[in-house]
Amino acid sequence: MSFDVEAIRAQFPILAREVNGHPLVYLDSAASAQKPLAVLDAMRRLAETSYANVHRGVHTLAAQSTEAYEAARDVARRFLNAAHREEMIFTRGGTEAINLVAASFLGPRIEQGDEIILTEMEHHSNIVPWMFLKERLGAVIRVAPVAEEGALDLSVLERLFSPRTKMLALTHMSNVLGTVTPIRQITELAHARGVPVLIDGCQGAVHEPVDVQAIGCDFYVATGHKLYGPTAIGLLYGKRDHLKAMRPYQGGGEMIRTVSFDDVTYADPPAKFEAGTPPILEAAGLGAALEWLMAQDRAAIQAHERELLAQANEELGRLNWVKRFGTAPGKGAIVSFEIEGVHAHDVATILDGRGIAVRAGHHCAQPLMERLGTPATARASFALYNTAEEVDRLVRGLHDVRRIFA
Amino acid sequence: MSDALRELYQEIILDHARHPRNAGVLADPTAKADGHNPLCGDRVTLYLHRDTDGRIDGISFEGKGCAISQASTSLMTELVKGKTKEEIDALMTGFLHLVKGEPESELSEEDREQLEVMAGVKDFPMRVKCATLPWHTLKSALSGAGVASTEAAP
Repeated sequence: MSFDVEAIRAQFPILAREVNGHPLVYLDSAASAQKPLAVLDAMRRLAETSYANVHRGVHTLAAQSTEAYEAARDVARRFLNAAHREEMIFTRGGTEAINLVAASFLGPRIEQGDEIILTEMEHHSNIVPWMFLKERLGAVIRVAPVAEEGALDLSVLERLFSPRTKMLALTHMSNVLGTVTPIRQITELAHARGVPVLIDGCQGAVHEPVDVQAIGCDFYVATGHKLYGPTAIGLLYGKRDHLKAMRPYQGGGEMIRTVSFDDVTYADPPAKFEAGTPPILEAAGLGAALEWLMAQDRAAIQAHERELLAQANEELGRLNWVKRFGTAPGKGAIVSFEIEGVHAHDVATILDGRGIAVRAGHHCAQPLMERLGTPATARASFALYNTAEEVDRLVRGLHDVRRIFA
Repeated sequence: MSDALRELYQEIILDHARHPRNAGVLADPTAKADGHNPLCGDRVTLYLHRDTDGRIDGISFEGKGCAISQASTSLMTELVKGKTKEEIDALMTGFLHLVKGEPESELSEEDREQLEVMAGVKDFPMRVKCATLPWHTLKSALSGAGVASTEAAP
């Protein structure tokens, strides 16, 4: 297979629009990606032809919706190469998936003084759920530092383990720096000490194929809307034995076997963790997104994104008034930067005037921003539908910013 | 550059952002407040001194933020000198109407003329909070609350 970016772009209707009189340049996919027709069509098709609640009724639509919902689970299993379909839980997003593991898996195992290892470059969603355990149960958070270029120092990380370490949770790919972490190696380090591992793959799963069996991690988290799918649905992979042993996260319909006022018995996973009516249309959309992504040449996509990153690095590297954050080798297609003397929000507003969408702010990673010594950066993130010409337009836009603030 | 952007980043705004008036720490303030916009990380600390009539006779600020928040803070510190809490309340109401593009009538001709340079913000709804942060912070300082957040319930 070869990679034809124009053929890809044609499948994303939104990319044809103009913003402020300029063709849209969407460089904010790390915040949320645009959706291809395959996804939009799948959701609409289900809503128009077969929609009903799942796992409840016996009528035809209920059966067809249930089938579509469970088919999406099979696709998700293939996408992460989980061994069993019941290891795939649909959540409301990456955030809920991590909260679920913190509350239902780790919470019951924590005693005062037990330790949780995180890294300095985690998104707030992979910090705050663990902080709850610090607040409620007296867990201790230990933080693996990030070196200047954005990489983790594994020898430092290794020294953080102690007999009291109960969990390691880390990102697969930093949403600010683009750093890709050696998750397989780190999982081995943790497992050698009997420590379970959660990997936040909200960014990582988008940019490279993931094989949870090869990684060996206990939990892997991804979110639909960054995978070119809909919002309000996420994926939690958990090893079968963990999921069986864990308490439910939320109580409600669908997650039970029997309910009386004396006693409740719970369904088996995955239903045990899917209380209430799940995101049904979104599951169909996510299934379509993952099918669509798996049908692409992912090595070619990765090469394309890396080319865009290399081009951006080269062009921005020539500008001595642009400071880039994160230069770890093998990093993903994210460029966080600062323009000398200009706040990131002003950069983003001026770029928006040129139709260019970038993120500006702390990227929900305040501890990392503290480490980098800046309250806010601008961030351009490249996806499979971006082009070399768009990188050029970004660079021209930055020259405009510089001119206005000179 | 579009007209809206040109109005937002007009020279006087950039000048206030580059050379903020009343920057620094005030010795012996009678009130102080911290303002924070958690969405973008902008921070401002305001120091006030009020005379025996309650009029502001000294004001300064420290802060980091975008050009809009810096310029708005700088401009505000110039405008509120010599004013009472009631006068500042009216000024703030007028300012909020102005940057949200709502009809307003509270401003005197002179104040309107001064604040008019911030009116370009109304075309950038995502940036309104940048402009209003110092005013919310001032309100906290005057009421003794000490802390203001753009995300707090009004």
